[in-house]
Amino acid sequence: MSFTEEQVRRYARHIILPGIGGDGQRKLLDAKVLVIGAGGLGSPIAMYLAAAGVGTIGVLDFDRVDESNLQRQVIHATADVGRPKVASAADRMRAINPTIEVIEHDTILSSANAFEIIEPYDVVIDGTDNFPVRYLVNDATQFLGKPLVYGSIYQWDGQATVFTPGQEAPCYRCLFPQPPPPGTVPSCAEGGVFGVLPGIVGSIQATEAVKLITGKGEPLIGRLLIFDALEMDFQTVKVRWDADCPVCGKEPTITELIDYDAFCGVPSGATPTEAEHGVSTNPTT
Amino acid sequence: MPVQIKLPTILRKHADGAPRVDADGSTLRELLKDLESRYPGITKNVVTDDGALHRFVNVYVNDEDVRYLGSLETELKDGDTVSILPAVAGGRV
Repeated sequence: MSFTEEQVRRYARHIILPGIGGDGQRKLLDAKVLVIGAGGLGSPIAMYLAAAGVGTIGVLDFDRVDESNLQRQVIHATADVGRPKVASAADRMRAINPTIEVIEHDTILSSANAFEIIEPYDVVIDGTDNFPVRYLVNDATQFLGKPLVYGSIYQWDGQATVFTPGQEAPCYRCLFPQPPPPGTVPSCAEGGVFGVLPGIVGSIQATEAVKLITGKGEPLIGRLLIFDALEMDFQTVKVRWDADCPVCGKEPTITELIDYDAFCGVPSGATPTEAEHGVSTNPTT
Repeated sequence: MPVQIKLPTILRKHADGAPRVDADGSTLRELLKDLESRYPGITKNVVTDDGALHRFVNVYVNDEDVRYLGSLETELKDGDTVSILPAVAGGRV
């Protein structure tokens, strides 16, 4: 376990920290993490993991920076409006830490490319904004045996947990077997979202990713953290493994990636964002 | 028997913005029925027309998912806290 002088200077506060130390910092430097979504949740996740020296960080997003993103997506600056989010995010991450490798995935995650994109990574972090991609990421990580750090936000409420394939541990489908019918849950563009909220939930996801990589502490496995920013209330509830789960249960009925737009009832061929935003072209944020 | 119910932001509009409300019932079914009578429309996306729990909304008694207790027949006792948790997808918008 040898560090360069620059690494010792840069990571000094982790190297002397009980719980990380030189051993934990080496694990971070050797780790490969995929951040899906370079938005509200992805912003703090990508910046903190870059700062922590996670050696390889993939960032996946197909969108471009919009002015209405800047209220919460703190990885992007005003001058980045109109640029691809992954390019903007990668610039910021490299500015924070030029010694790490940032891989830009400027694409939509789909059943056709999910395995190829996810396979090289050790840990996947879900910072997406729609149900089809959430179920896709869940199923793909389950099939590939990759741990998934889940986070989700709406208005003032946040949720976070960790899914680890195998060992009779729950997956996203155990937590929510079915997505809500389209139209019953407004998107952030329709319902608004408190700007600091993804900063808190994304920081929790980054924390859990570091714990998974270093093997320290008690990860949020089998527990769902529910955060209410208005009431400043943190609650933890149990997430049970469902023996009848179609993906991770005893007798799985779904053994390959499916058509997630159809599963979630969104119009076929629509991109997730078009489907989410189709009803409102004037974001309230 | 009053039981406290924690409401997610999305349901608070039915309860004048209250984050927590009280309702009565010795089972979850009775409790949600009482809640609906106090705040009409609030359980529309929690309970199906057939009287079952929707699968995209979780209900917890204290820290346990009621699907692993007695579902809508879960018995409640004084001092229990019921939490309603909808699936939400936001984050990257």
